[in-house]
Amino acid sequence: MNPPPTSYTEFHPRWYRSPVSAYWWLRSGTYLAFILREISSVFVAWAVVYLLLLVRAVSRGSGGYRDFLDLSANPGILFLNLVTLFFLAFHAVTWFNLAPQAMVVHAGGKRVPGVWIAASNYTMWAVATVVVVWIILG
Amino acid sequence: MQKRTTLEPFVWLLFSAGGVLAALVLPAFVFLFGLAFPLGWLSAPSHEHLLAVLRHPVTRVGLFLVCTLALIHAAHRLRYTLYDGLQIKHLYEVVNPICYGAAVVGSAAAAYLLFVAL
Repeated sequence: MNPPPTSYTEFHPRWYRSPVSAYWWLRSGTYLAFILREISSVFVAWAVVYLLLLVRAVSRGSGGYRDFLDLSANPGILFLNLVTLFFLAFHAVTWFNLAPQAMVVHAGGKRVPGVWIAASNYTMWAVATVVVVWIILG
Repeated sequence: MQKRTTLEPFVWLLFSAGGVLAALVLPAFVFLFGLAFPLGWLSAPSHEHLLAVLRHPVTRVGLFLVCTLALIHAAHRLRYTLYDGLQIKHLYEVVNPICYGAAVVGSAAAAYLLFVAL
């Protein structure tokens, strides 16, 4: 049997929403940390752009690579990269600290404690950092 | 009940993958090329060495994944930051194409640079 046809109306009750200031994230340290964590995305994007600039420079020969190294010594770029490194570290730390909540791992019928998951993430970070440095420095 | 199909869960998956890769790889890269080499803490590698490293197939594929996923991660996160931080959720028709569009353009640039230009 077909269900009876449903009719919809455009009307819905007006919601009550108390107005929130556009600066709500300045109200407490927790909110500020949250918005800083979210803003780290801009610096993740810049790090990718910077990486691609390096790839482009290397593909253009040793002169292009030298130009990239000169660009990286520009005070404005240096400052931008300093801020970027801060936000990347903030992203990594908040990401790895959240990992135990996102990943529920069971071993031997018991839940693996969150500390272990966070610790394994930090270990992975250390290993990845050593590998990247080792590859780049040769 | 009609099931709503949406790309959202898939994008969250890419968001997570990009978040992990960005956290693992990008700090070391920015530390070296952003601070350590220009400030003279370490000497920058030679052009020949970097070219050899970048031309290795594993590096090309690995860096392509890092670039693409990290850009999707950033686009997705920035989209929600703009929604909440500036309270402009009603502008999603503008915000979404700009955020994801930039990620797609960046990924295309990464593909060109890593697989064609190098």
